[in-house]
Amino acid sequence: MNYRTTEDIGLITGAKNLTAEKIRSAVHKVFSKEAGPRLKAYYNTCVRCGLCSQACHYFLSMDNDPSFSPVGKVKQTVWELLDPGKRITPDFIVNAAQIAYTECNLCRRCSMYCPFGIDTAYMITLVRRLCHLLGVTPQYIQDTAHSHASTMNQMWIKEDEWIDSLQWQEDEARDELPMLRIPIEKNGAEIFYSVIGPEPKFRSQLIYQAAVIMNVAQVDWTMPATPGWDNSDMAMYVGDYELMGRMKKIHFETALRLKCKKIVMGECGHAFRSVYDTGSRWLGWKEPPVPIIHAVQFYWDLLNEGKIRVGKKFEQPVTFHDPCNIVRGMGLHEKARDLVRAFCRDFVEMHPNREHNYCCCAGGGVINCGPPHKKTRVLGNKIKADQLRATGVPVVIAPCHNCHGGLEDILHHYKVDMQIKFLGDIIYECIDKTSVE
Amino acid sequence: MHQLYEFVSGPLAWIAWTVFIVGSLTRVVVLVTSTIEKDPVVVNYFSLKHALRSMVIWSIPFFPRSSRLNPVMTVVSFTFHICVILVPLFALGHIVLWEEFFGISFWALPDRITDIMTLMVIFGLIFFIIRRFSLKEVKYVSSWSDYMLPLLILAPFVTGYAAFHGWFNPQLMLILHIFSGEVLLMAIPFTRLVHMVFAPFTRAYTASEFGAVRHAKDW
Repeated sequence: MNYRTTEDIGLITGAKNLTAEKIRSAVHKVFSKEAGPRLKAYYNTCVRCGLCSQACHYFLSMDNDPSFSPVGKVKQTVWELLDPGKRITPDFIVNAAQIAYTECNLCRRCSMYCPFGIDTAYMITLVRRLCHLLGVTPQYIQDTAHSHASTMNQMWIKEDEWIDSLQWQEDEARDELPMLRIPIEKNGAEIFYSVIGPEPKFRSQLIYQAAVIMNVAQVDWTMPATPGWDNSDMAMYVGDYELMGRMKKIHFETALRLKCKKIVMGECGHAFRSVYDTGSRWLGWKEPPVPIIHAVQFYWDLLNEGKIRVGKKFEQPVTFHDPCNIVRGMGLHEKARDLVRAFCRDFVEMHPNREHNYCCCAGGGVINCGPPHKKTRVLGNKIKADQLRATGVPVVIAPCHNCHGGLEDILHHYKVDMQIKFLGDIIYECIDKTSVE
Repeated sequence: MHQLYEFVSGPLAWIAWTVFIVGSLTRVVVLVTSTIEKDPVVVNYFSLKHALRSMVIWSIPFFPRSSRLNPVMTVVSFTFHICVILVPLFALGHIVLWEEFFGISFWALPDRITDIMTLMVIFGLIFFIIRRFSLKEVKYVSSWSDYMLPLLILAPFVTGYAAFHGWFNPQLMLILHIFSGEVLLMAIPFTRLVHMVFAPFTRAYTASEFGAVRHAKDW
């Protein structure tokens, strides 16, 4: 057990409703019925060599504290839950929830350092699933899951507010490009563009920028007016897979209703994991029913098909942060670098990079667990600040929303003077817009 | 003493081999069939190409970044695993047994090489035990069984070495050697030594997900 419990009202009040019987039946449901052979193979194969430790930014940043190593976190949670002789108390569940939701980003870096390729992230998601079934979840992330359940988006955005945000951004952008459109509900458009809830809520300039890029590239695109526009997924990270399935279904069905050929999604990592991998699998699809590509891939295609051109180079030296869900999750690291090199004059690699890059410590739903856990994730990623500082450049490009949130806090706390940009920020600023002027 | 020898080199040997083979096969069959039934993703996303690629890469020392970061562990671990498999299979004394019991004969390691390789195994095990005590991230996750397993492997190698060199009471050493070897063999399917059997499966699955689905390297 670790004894660094932070006060989270969701965990504390959730634990009050637990009984021995509830715990026993939920543990049985998750660890004996839902999970099985893969978990047992991992449990039996792990030789406790500790080689995964060096992969984890928490472990490295917390002065090599073994309770923060991947296997250390599994020992405190999964191994105990698999022990038939162990009496699982409500306090144990609170501690397990804290470890699973706030001390692991599910970034899967540790799988690459395990000689057996054991998927620790998978085991941690089982703990989250258990905590969800028991109703012991951090308050803030649970709130986003409630929002998903009632509005089908992450940020309690009502339908009219969504449409209004799109029209507002269209209006704004028409000052710059008078013929610009954000086509809503266009049947048979080639591309269905989906974003995450936070974009209309507080990063609406990204919708503006995407619209400019789409219009410059003269892409046949649309955005829906109905729920199903949000591709984000905190239900996946809470462990509420039933809700995850509902959300992914409405997202894909909206694209199908509009008869679009392809879904393009904004620069978000976890949403990509959900739509490409976890969510569509839960619905029983081996491949997503509509081809889905991440913004990095989309921009790369546009550049290589000659639909967008470099107007000017971004002058400041930049470095690139590889987000786990689109690099270890989709291998987009080289395409992202092609874009960075095309649009920026001076590109400096951070080390380690590509699949081996250190996590932002915000993803996996960790930043969504809110203020009670901020200290853990900031102190748990000192190594990222060191890695960024060592590049000596003033700009880091990160094509993922969660990475932005995490890196911002880390740069601020460790006083690293750096700006964070999306690839879309750079492309919007530097592309040749003469085609629509 | 003679009766004891007869027992360990006769009936017990057959029992040990049966437990080892049947036990290991059962574990593999249970793993595969229950995976097909309960974890179909593993089967649906399986990619032989990526599985084999990953296994080859992880068999090359200093190729995966993980092994480059731990050069001492890499050298000791590779040496240990090679020796711990080759010595029991190819030691001259064992070659005779292969022929006697199973009617198969193959090439034997020279005694001198077997000697050195046995010492490598012993050294490797001592290294693993010390590492388990001294590295806090390893100590934190170790239970008593993790300390016992290296001793279980150590026993047949130490007694075999002693018997070969005629130390102490060579006949007793030989009996202990055979007995501890048989215990080790029987322990493989039922302890964490099962990683010997399961490793290809866990590696293959992760390699398939990383390579075929997510288009990324897993090393």
